Amino acid sequence: MPKIKPPARSPHIDMTPMVDLFSLLLTFFMLTTSFRPQEAAPIETPSSVSEKQAPDNDIMTIFIDKDGRVFFNIDNGKDTSTHFREKLLQKMAEQYKLTFTPKELDKFSKMSSFGMPIKNLKAWINVKDPKDRDKLQEGIPTDSTDNQLAWWVRMARLTNLGAEVAIKGDADTKYTDVKKIMDLLQENKVNKFNLVTNLLREEISLKDIPK
Amino acid sequence: MGEIIVEEKGKKGGKRKAKKHSTRIDMTPMVDLMCLLITFFMLTTAFSKPKVMVITMPEKDTPEDKNRPEIPKNRTLNILLTEGHKVYYYIGIADPKKPAELPQLIKTDFSKDGIRKFLLIKNKDLFTKIAEYRDNRVTGKTEVADTTADNAIKKMKKDDQKGPIVLIKADENAKYKDMVDIIDEMAICNIASYAVVDPSPTELEMLKNAPK
Repeated sequence: MPKIKPPARSPHIDMTPMVDLFSLLLTFFMLTTSFRPQEAAPIETPSSVSEKQAPDNDIMTIFIDKDGRVFFNIDNGKDTSTHFREKLLQKMAEQYKLTFTPKELDKFSKMSSFGMPIKNLKAWINVKDPKDRDKLQEGIPTDSTDNQLAWWVRMARLTNLGAEVAIKGDADTKYTDVKKIMDLLQENKVNKFNLVTNLLREEISLKDIPK
Repeated sequence: MGEIIVEEKGKKGGKRKAKKHSTRIDMTPMVDLMCLLITFFMLTTAFSKPKVMVITMPEKDTPEDKNRPEIPKNRTLNILLTEGHKVYYYIGIADPKKPAELPQLIKTDFSKDGIRKFLLIKNKDLFTKIAEYRDNRVTGKTEVADTTADNAIKKMKKDDQKGPIVLIKADENAKYKDMVDIIDEMAICNIASYAVVDPSPTELEMLKNAPK
């Protein structure tokens, strides 16, 4: 008796459902994505119970890393036609008697946080190898002889009148470094700060009151 | 990996049939690409938006002669932050003119039984009030909108006359985390009024002699 052969199956698997699912996921991610902004230095923020979200637009952020280096960032505003970054750079160029070409201005408006003395800013914008870019991020000078950060803040306040100020400091930053920045901001009539933190829920209730 | 179509051979004279193509498309490259893209988007997406803690500082250049409200001595709670995430506190005012009456610093820490316990005892009335209000909202006893609730809590804090007035003072060895942590404790314990101020020279001196 001949053996009963199982019917030859095609080695192909129907991939249509898989493709369906993948397309769905891909569309989802593409639509919901907001890219993680590039940052000059790794900053680990401290945690708090605050659940208030950082605003998307009209915010200038001052980054302070572990070593006290200071970086600055401002967004272009909700309306893309406002070009806040370009205007800010123009104002700063006037202040420090520098010139930037329209191409450089445009390039700058698409970049994110920066931290270097303003004379090196041109080199940072035009850098060829992105790896060299981080080397230029040495921090914005904040000492009293040449307080460039104060000018950045002042000009940013003039450029975008509604901008809020956020401070993103590393948990291990020295308090005095942060204090210096806060004093500087207060001199520029900023009295409300948004301290960027991680959410760490902490629940206490009536039962927790010690007797 | 296209399908192999085995053509029938040996038939002669039959009508020439058009080559039968399989209706299946090989989707493997497409799936490959999609996997890649999904991975890319998954890794670059920032899902959790950063949270912010809002702190409003008192204006710097307020003239001294403005008739400020007098702070009752026994309501003033001074918290001193220093290196190694240590917390010291004392009640009242450290007056440099009366060195004999300098208050004693009490050492504590950021743990649950540390400064929080003390703050809760001090702020018991207001904390109970706010916590009860929140509980009533959760259980559905009072139904109000979020903004109304926020305003109600704000009003409770404003009307509070018993809770401590906390002055947060960090010395140069404190870390940024310490400041955020202590302000966070204020939020957790529903402290109505607190401010971040500079420590006085007397207080720095007290810190030096504080229990280690």
